[in-house]
Amino acid sequence: MNSPLEVTQNLPGPDSIDRFVLPNGITLLTYSNFNTHSVDMIGLIEAGGAADPKHKLGLAHFTSMMLSRGTQKRNFADYHDLLESRGASLSFSCGTRNTWFRGKTLAEDLEMLIDLAAESLRQPAFPPEYVERLRNQLIAGLAIRDQDSAEVASLLFDQTLFPGHPYGDPVDGSMETVKAIQREDLIAFHRDYFTPSRMIVVAAGAVSSEQVREWMEKSFSGWRNDQAKDFIMPPVPDAPERIVRSHRTLEEKSQTDLQIGTLGPSRVSPDYLPAYLGNNILGQFGLMGRIGESVRSKSGLAYHASSSINGWQEAGTWEFSAGLNPENLEKVIDLIRSEIRRFVEEPVSEEELADSKSHLIGRLPLSLETNSGIANSVLTMDRFNLGLDYYQRYPALIEAISAQQILEISRKYLHPDQLVIASAGSGIEKG
Amino acid sequence: MESKVEKFILPNGLAILTKEMHHIPLVSQWVWYRVGSRNEPKGKTGISHWVEHMQFKGTAKYPINVLDKEISRGGGIWNAMTSLDWTTYFETMPADKIDIAIDLEADRMRNSFFDEDETSLERTVVISEREGNENEPLFRLGESIQKASFKRHSYAHQVIGDLQDLKTISRDDLYSHYRNHYTPDNALIAIAGDFNTDEVIKKYSDAFGTISDKRKDYFVPEPESELPESQAIEIEGPGDTVYLQLTFRSPAAQSEDFFSVVVLDSLLTGPTSLAMFGGGSISNKTSRLYRALVEKDLAAGISAGVQATIDPYVYEILTILQPNHPLDKVRVIIDDEIDRLKNGMVSEEEIQRAIKQAKALFAYGSESITNQTFWMGYASMFADHTWFENYLLQLEQVTPQRVADAAKKFLDFDHRVVGVYKPRESGN
Repeated sequence: MNSPLEVTQNLPGPDSIDRFVLPNGITLLTYSNFNTHSVDMIGLIEAGGAADPKHKLGLAHFTSMMLSRGTQKRNFADYHDLLESRGASLSFSCGTRNTWFRGKTLAEDLEMLIDLAAESLRQPAFPPEYVERLRNQLIAGLAIRDQDSAEVASLLFDQTLFPGHPYGDPVDGSMETVKAIQREDLIAFHRDYFTPSRMIVVAAGAVSSEQVREWMEKSFSGWRNDQAKDFIMPPVPDAPERIVRSHRTLEEKSQTDLQIGTLGPSRVSPDYLPAYLGNNILGQFGLMGRIGESVRSKSGLAYHASSSINGWQEAGTWEFSAGLNPENLEKVIDLIRSEIRRFVEEPVSEEELADSKSHLIGRLPLSLETNSGIANSVLTMDRFNLGLDYYQRYPALIEAISAQQILEISRKYLHPDQLVIASAGSGIEKG
Repeated sequence: MESKVEKFILPNGLAILTKEMHHIPLVSQWVWYRVGSRNEPKGKTGISHWVEHMQFKGTAKYPINVLDKEISRGGGIWNAMTSLDWTTYFETMPADKIDIAIDLEADRMRNSFFDEDETSLERTVVISEREGNENEPLFRLGESIQKASFKRHSYAHQVIGDLQDLKTISRDDLYSHYRNHYTPDNALIAIAGDFNTDEVIKKYSDAFGTISDKRKDYFVPEPESELPESQAIEIEGPGDTVYLQLTFRSPAAQSEDFFSVVVLDSLLTGPTSLAMFGGGSISNKTSRLYRALVEKDLAAGISAGVQATIDPYVYEILTILQPNHPLDKVRVIIDDEIDRLKNGMVSEEEIQRAIKQAKALFAYGSESITNQTFWMGYASMFADHTWFENYLLQLEQVTPQRVADAAKKFLDFDHRVVGVYKPRESGN
């Protein structure tokens, strides 16, 4: 058995993580874990949906999905045969700010995975046949999304909270905008925004740091993009100053999905950790904190009800969500608002505070158990400049937060009468 | 890291599987009961799952809200799941906190309240969970197909249960179901991680040894080895997506055919991960049906999976289509691909590839102690823990001939359900 201190020192930190910047600007972080037989890679390039023209929303997403549809060296069938015959995976996705890639493989096939990732990012072929095929698949996915009450409520929430801002737009676009995207747009997006100087890669698993670096240099070293455009994120709109309600009607739904919230601290703000700890008390701890207790345990009004904090580079959100019978919509909104009211009026109890602190500190080893858990955490430390010793300092950072601090920071962001309230399901359309 | 699984049985019948692993200071404990929707007679569908919910409602020692706080305070994760053949509760904790999890599970094996008011609050929660499922077109289609796939067997109903039963099951029904099935002789504990086996067995003996209840009124359905005559089911609803689900009988996990069907499925629709936590997945873009349908612009997606069950269950091939895709043509192409398997058009190389994929998925799933412990207990519900240890060896025994034989035996066009979900013409 290990003491909490030993546990903390065994977490990934400056002694066990290696960080390099390759000559072309790629930041590479590695962590060796020989208790496993595999390696996880995760990476991002600052090239996201925020750069999409409004009439071609979904362009960055479409581009990311095309990266695995054939390269200048390999057609679609050979590309996927290489991966699947080894039981490896490599996929690309896209957010508002970044294009992401995630790969997983047995350690013996890592060289192949790195090489294929490089080929995909540097020399995608955008074969015309696959542009049309993928377009149809994306449209089929949008049709499913547009019938999913939780997804529709979430899109409506984003659109209302971030009017006119890329965070308010769906990264995967709409049927209309995806139909408008041309092959030339994809090629141009790749040329304009994919550059090694805005790329971070993390590898964690059964491999040495020297080996990863050697393979990364071999596969990526000749890549430069001197013509890359700046990737600009406009300033985030102000938080709502009143209750803003909206509802989308979906036919034949037994359940209504609800999303309530407002802006929250960004991931780099000093407010983030106190808000995160506070939110654990409000809507996470045990069976979903005070929100779960009020909406589910005491009232039996919903199967799921919780709250979350999402912090990015320049903004964040504080969100409350629930799935409920349409008859109970107003009741659940009232319950959540009254929990928000209580949360900003009085400090959390010392017992609640101690419980949540103990939970967040105690679960660290668990969140860093698998290679993908480690890779994600290392990436978070680096991209938000938290310092590579962040998880080692984390217990002390959490311990230092007081109930008064949580109250003050919550008041900065949360107000029961200043919220976006979005819902989707049966009932009359609103907003 | 690789250590052996040891098995112990306490005098009251409680089986315990242990596996020491000291590379990370965590312990995962899973308590399994051999009761699931399979053991539910008509009129009581969904009762096993609802009992699972009630197990979070407190005992005298750990009243509601004390229970969950104990685990969360320790930095653990915990949850429970109800399936066809089993119900399970797990806690993954820092190694020095495992005593709480052992004590709590021993306590709620026999001391849960099933308070009348809590039962009625939970009725609406369970119904709300069902309503969430009903929002999904695939749940509605799957529920109809499953009903059509069994004449009498309780696999015909969903684990969540029929709405009518969720409205009528009483507190006393729930309590009897609990007391009759939550007994040491009907349970198995799997524990893996950073502990000493002798010490932990002593703890289990102290905590569970005094419980002497025996399993009662155990409902066991008659297995149904063949699907009823071919049937077609069509459901209409909102949206712009067509779903085609071809449903066949699948072999029981203990059957030697099971592994042939795993390989067959891998060739047809791609490999399926059996991991529940921390596993990776492998795409299916080189599978036979993906190439025949998605690569030919006849479908947007294809998937399937084999479930390990006590009795023969269903093997379902799901195709996602757009309204302009030719539904009948797609079905014919799937049948043609199945015929190719039946005609022995399978190479040894393809089987080797499926095995390599299974090996990779195994390595990925093993990264998580929670998942490793899950596997030990899960396999014990329909076979024993060696089922997983021998899984890759069993796959290596599969030959092209066995794949062809399994295709003939299970992918029988005269005994299947063809289910279709179609967008309603007038709406939207």
